[in-house]
Amino acid sequence: MVVDQLDDAGIDRLFQALADPTRRDIVRRVTLGEYSVSGLAALYAMSFAAVQKHVAVLERATLVSKERRGREQIVRGNHEGLQNVRRLLDEYEEIWRQRAARIADILAEEPKNNRRVPQ
Amino acid sequence: MTVISTTKNPEALSLTLTAEFDADVERVWQIWEDPRQLERWWGPPGYPATFEKHEFTPGGKAAYYMTTPEGEKPRGWWRFTRIERPHRLEIDDGFADESGAPVEEMGTGHMVVTLEDLAGRTRMTVLSIFESEEQMSAMLEMGMEEGMKQAAGQIDSVLAAHANA
Repeated sequence: MVVDQLDDAGIDRLFQALADPTRRDIVRRVTLGEYSVSGLAALYAMSFAAVQKHVAVLERATLVSKERRGREQIVRGNHEGLQNVRRLLDEYEEIWRQRAARIADILAEEPKNNRRVPQ
Repeated sequence: MTVISTTKNPEALSLTLTAEFDADVERVWQIWEDPRQLERWWGPPGYPATFEKHEFTPGGKAAYYMTTPEGEKPRGWWRFTRIERPHRLEIDDGFADESGAPVEEMGTGHMVVTLEDLAGRTRMTVLSIFESEEQMSAMLEMGMEEGMKQAAGQIDSVLAAHANA
């Protein structure tokens, strides 16, 4: 297996979580540094409760983790959650780099003044 | 270097590759349009792709399989959703069962290919968007993951063989 097995419900949660632009934005931000829920709420034109709900969806999808620190709830990216996706993209990137190299190779076979290939 | 840049967006499950080729746009278009040329670069060395169907018209379908060194033949399908010759190509893609029928639960990916004329050279941009991590994972398991590792060692000999051809 390329990635750790996720059960179907886990996969559903992951992609439902990433289907929303606000939640994607939250993931981007908290992956770079931690935010309090109230700090996040200040960034969006929506209620604290709505942002809290988005964070809860992300938490269930294992994309972020949340901990209480004093009176604040601190949200940070769950790097393991995004790691699988990153690793897959890395592999896919390498596949496309090699495809591009093979394309260049094919294109280089033909002299420039005689490059039409009969269909 | 052929590949100019790649951009990965884990949150959006997308990858963008930009490459430049020393050939004009019409010529680069053919590597997508002609299935015999497409077969030569789609799969890595040791994992050749065979396109059994390649209806290169808007709404047309393509059916292909990879042949693994173990002799397995994982199958995939394409649907050409937009063709603007020779500058833009959009393709839906996914997995197929042994009969070639799409495996719906594996999801659908999307590719957007654009070719830009750079005074006789061509810049090709390929945006790949995956519907799910599961789909992306299965795509790699079509043999390309192992093939990719082997390819690093094999690419030199392939290049040398072509240079001597």
